[in-house]
Amino acid sequence: MQSKRERIRIGRERLQRVIEMCRAVEERSLDPFLVDVDEIIRVVREFFPEWEQPEDLCLDAEAINRLASVIRLQSEWVKHRSTSLYTDPFLLEEKIKHLEKEAIVEAFLGAWHPIVEFEQISLHSLKEALRYWESLPPLKDRWKEFPPPEEAGRAATREELIRLKILRDKAFTEELENFWNELKRLVEEKGENGRIGYWDFVGAETYEETIHRAFMTSFLVTYGYATLEINPLEEEIFIRPFEKQQRRIAKKQLVTIPIAITREEWEKWRRKEA
Amino acid sequence: MSKRKAVYASKIKRAVHMLFYRRHKKPGVKGWELRKTLGSDYPKVLSILDEYLKPLDLQVKMVFEEEKPASENPTLEELDRARFYITLRGDLTPKEAKMVGWRIDDLAGLAITIAYIISKKGKAPRKEVEELLREKLPCWKVGLNIDHYIRYGYLTQDENEQLYLDWRTRAEVDQKALIDLILSK
Repeated sequence: MQSKRERIRIGRERLQRVIEMCRAVEERSLDPFLVDVDEIIRVVREFFPEWEQPEDLCLDAEAINRLASVIRLQSEWVKHRSTSLYTDPFLLEEKIKHLEKEAIVEAFLGAWHPIVEFEQISLHSLKEALRYWESLPPLKDRWKEFPPPEEAGRAATREELIRLKILRDKAFTEELENFWNELKRLVEEKGENGRIGYWDFVGAETYEETIHRAFMTSFLVTYGYATLEINPLEEEIFIRPFEKQQRRIAKKQLVTIPIAITREEWEKWRRKEA
Repeated sequence: MSKRKAVYASKIKRAVHMLFYRRHKKPGVKGWELRKTLGSDYPKVLSILDEYLKPLDLQVKMVFEEEKPASENPTLEELDRARFYITLRGDLTPKEAKMVGWRIDDLAGLAITIAYIISKKGKAPRKEVEELLREKLPCWKVGLNIDHYIRYGYLTQDENEQLYLDWRTRAEVDQKALIDLILSK
């Protein structure tokens, strides 16, 4: 004796097979009489009492729907067979295979009545076209409302870069040297042992200014105006200015030290300062 | 000329302009367009025009794009949905067919394709048609030819690669005559 679950599983499989078979007949133009309608109805009827879940009921409805399509195809098939247009496809296929193409063309020409159509321009359409052309405003009037096209790209001038705050008005070297002098002055005023805390030097009233000072400091170090001293245990960074600009020693390995200037760090420094 | 005759003469002229000159992407004019321009008696205008065209070996052809009406005499509503064309009344000779711009191979391929689809109740898988055409046409040409027939409106294809007869076959080909002629060869 089959359990209910087992019967539901078998029923679902049978309905899926029915749906697939009907679909194949429909889509691949197979003979619709290959489908045993009575048998399918018996299967659908047999399993119908088992369905409780909505998806099973949908499956049942889909099977019935597909079967209805096959019955419609069967009806069309009978109708077609009863018309004078019916020809056995195999007979026709054989005939076509054995006919010379000239004979096929001759047969086709006896049944072909091509459409007669002109595509030439007429006097009337020319007149209409001229009237349209006369009433058509020129392009410069019609396109007035569109914004002028954007200017083509070109190299920015120094003045534009200064205006956009990409460049400073002063020459960079001059600005860097002023910044170096400021560092030396601050070390004298606030520093200890000829150096000053990194944040004490780069920290400014605004975050944007702090970023700019950190940017300039990186050039001070790179160009040999100052050096960084890092105390890894205390996580402290100091900056020590040189009295004279140091020339780079080619053999000495350069080290990159990334320092994050986040807004949080800056706010923490500001609170400490206050 | 009586007033009635003059009215019909003018309507026939307008019908000729509409039917001979292509107005849309597809040739032919819908029944409702003719009714709008010529009035509700346009079927009568077309039948007079058809008589005029007879000696020129032309005819007014009416094609129902959807289901054919059940009765012999279609209603005005059914006629509104039909499309009207001017077609050749008689046949072309093979020489004339060449002049129309068809190569004999392409025309034979079209004849076979249409006949096969008719025998399959108006629908046939493209693969089967290609196999049939490959019997007499080079392989590389078969696919191109079918695409060409589709582009011209003789055939249409669905997403399952099934081929059907399209509007131009319905307008230009006497399907029963084609099958009879092929079988009688």
